Formats: sequence, structure tokens, C-alpha cells
Amino acid sequence: MAHTHKSNWELIKNGMFSENTIFRMAISLCPSIAVTNSLKNGFYMGVSVIFVQTMVNLTVSLIRNFINPKIRIPIFMMVIAGYVSIIDMSMAAWARPVYKQIGLYIQLIVAFASIFARAEVFAVKNRIVPSVCDGLGMGIGFFLAMIVISFFRELLGKGALWGFPIVSGNPLLIMILPAGGFFAVGLLMGFFNWMDAKLASRKGESASAEKQAA
Amino acid sequence: MDFERLFQLVVAASLINNFVFTRFLGLCIFFGVSKKMETAVGMSITFTAVMVISAALSWVVFEYVMLPLDITFLKIIVFIGIIAAFVQSADTIMKKVSPSLYYKLGIYLALITTNCIILAVPLINSGERYSFLESMSFGLGSGLGFALALVIMASIREKLELADIPAPFRGLPISFIIAGLIALAFTGFSGLITL
Repeated sequence: MAHTHKSNWELIKNGMFSENTIFRMAISLCPSIAVTNSLKNGFYMGVSVIFVQTMVNLTVSLIRNFINPKIRIPIFMMVIAGYVSIIDMSMAAWARPVYKQIGLYIQLIVAFASIFARAEVFAVKNRIVPSVCDGLGMGIGFFLAMIVISFFRELLGKGALWGFPIVSGNPLLIMILPAGGFFAVGLLMGFFNWMDAKLASRKGESASAEKQAA
Repeated sequence: MDFERLFQLVVAASLINNFVFTRFLGLCIFFGVSKKMETAVGMSITFTAVMVISAALSWVVFEYVMLPLDITFLKIIVFIGIIAAFVQSADTIMKKVSPSLYYKLGIYLALITTNCIILAVPLINSGERYSFLESMSFGLGSGLGFALALVIMASIREKLELADIPAPFRGLPISFIIAGLIALAFTGFSGLITL
């Protein structure tokens, strides 16, 4: 993907739906299961990723003319690690209870293939505004995936949302166990594939599959 | 240092707190390379070796450089730097010293740098303030646990090639569900040892 000709809005949409990190590209899967046992954790994780992805794209795009291609990988890693440290320390300071549960996974945003990949294939070749839009889109796509998964898992597993009880009765405890995370992601992925196939056969166009599903 | 505690750490890291099934780390590689048994085995060997050595290296740096200088807030940046440098040099050395081994395992080395498990081990080690030997045992246990998960998954997925799966579930979705079933089995290990 060299210089892009897409409009900014198309770039954002691209990241949100057709190249959704979790459901389409299937990279950076670790947190999709690890932190989605409650809506709150998923929300914080999603917001952190939006921040890091956008800022990394912005920074890489700003310095793209000064980076020697031979040492670009260490430079990208340092940029990413810098922003992750910022979010890590801010969360440790302001969101203590959540940080206790998902702190490790926040630190591991450093090793996200998706963030690195966007810097490598997009930001380093494009101007600032498209890069920011691309980062924002990718981040929001990840955020939406987190919200969808954690919504179902908390609702089914605890009968609650954001910690407030919604449904009484016996919840399906398995959904908040580790195994439930795998089931939830697998079933949702299968569901989106099915939606895609349905829509594609109806009008030969599948871009809006996830919009309707989400 | 008593041997018993080290053994407990290895068992705990590989079975009870298995990285893939209870901590959900390294999933990209777990789903990416578990299609064939051969690659799964190659990956596990490389992984375990890198994990033990990087645990040792980062322990030394953390304990003797970062703590005295009081720069522990930089640990994410420093650890990823150490690992990247180590993997790069291992790659170069292997190419010179043993080209046949490099031919077999070199491709996995390149994949390892940006992997969350490799980074998680030093982070957890420094968080728990393990001693040098404990850090290495934890690295070893985690590596073995990952290898176990990878081998189980690869053997199931090889059989899966022949199964008749509904079209939308082919590929990743069904692998996720299988991983869920294995994770359910692994919950049985919890309570095996209390540390």
C-alpha cells in the first residue's frame, strides 16, 4: 500500500470494518480474550490502544523522512514503547483498580503486531493526516471488537454490564472463565464470516457486514 | 536455593498458569504456527531457548543496572531492547556457526522479537522480584507450557483437515473453539500446587 488515494473517512472505515484487527486480520489476539471478561476492562484496553495506535502513526509519519530504512524496526519499537509507557503510568496513577487486573496486558501493547504493522505498511509512507486517520480507524476497530466481545461475555457470564446487574438468575459462569473467552471469540468470528457470506451472496458487497452485526 | 521451589515454579508456569490457556499470551503465534506438527515443534524449541536466556539477561540488567540507577519505569523499553538485540545477535551467530540449525529454526527467530510471551516473562519476573534461578525456572516453565500447548493444538489441527466443518467456522473460528475446550481441560490443573 503505497501512497493512498482514499479519503480520510474511508481510511477510518477501513480500519473499523474491512480490516478489523481482531475479526478480519486475526492479529493482536491476546487481549481480545485476556481482558474481555468485563465491559470495563475491555473499554479501558480499547481506549489505550486507540491512543497508542494514533500517536504512533502520527509520530512515525512526522519523522518518516529522517528514518534510515535499515534501522527502522528498532526505531518503531522505541516509539511504540514510549507511548505504551505513558499510558501504563497514567493508568497506574488514575485507574488503579482496573490497572491491577489488566496492567500486564497494557504493558504488552508494545508487542502488538497490529500497531507495528500499521507503522510499517502505512504511516512510514504517508502524510500526517491520512496516517492519523488510519491509526484512529484501526484503533476504533480494535475498540469495537473489545466492546462486542466483552459485552457478550459479561452479560452472559455475570448477568451484568459495567458491574451493574442486569439479569437475575443463574449466569453461564463458563463465559467469564478462560475457556469462555475462546468460545466467545470463535463463535463471533464464525458469526461474522456467516454474515459476510450472506451479504456477499445477496449483493456482492460485504463491507457493511460488521456494521450491522455490531 | 532449594530445588523443590524451582521445580514448583516450573510446574506452575507450565501447567497451572499455562501462558496460552490461562494467561492468553502468544495467541498470534499459537494460532499462526499450529497448523503443522513440524513447524510447531521447531517453534517450541526456539521459543523455550530464547525465553530462558532472555529471562536471565533481563534479570541481570534489571537487578544490576536499573535498580541501582532507579530507572525501573523504563523497563518496558529496556526489556524490548534487550530481547530485540539478543534475537538479532542469536540470528547472526547461528547463521555463522551452524547453518543447518539456522536453516531449520532461523525463520522462527525472526518472528519471536515482537511476541508478547517473550516480553511477558521478564516483566512478570521483575514484578514478582524472582531471584536469578527462579527467573530462569519461570522462563523454562513458560517455554515448556507453550510448547505443550502448541504440540497439542498442532496434533488436533492436523486431524481437523479431514473433518467436515460448517463453512463459516472453517479456519480460525473452529481453532478458537478447540482452544477453548483445551483451556477447559487445563482448568483441571488449578489447585495442583499452591505456591
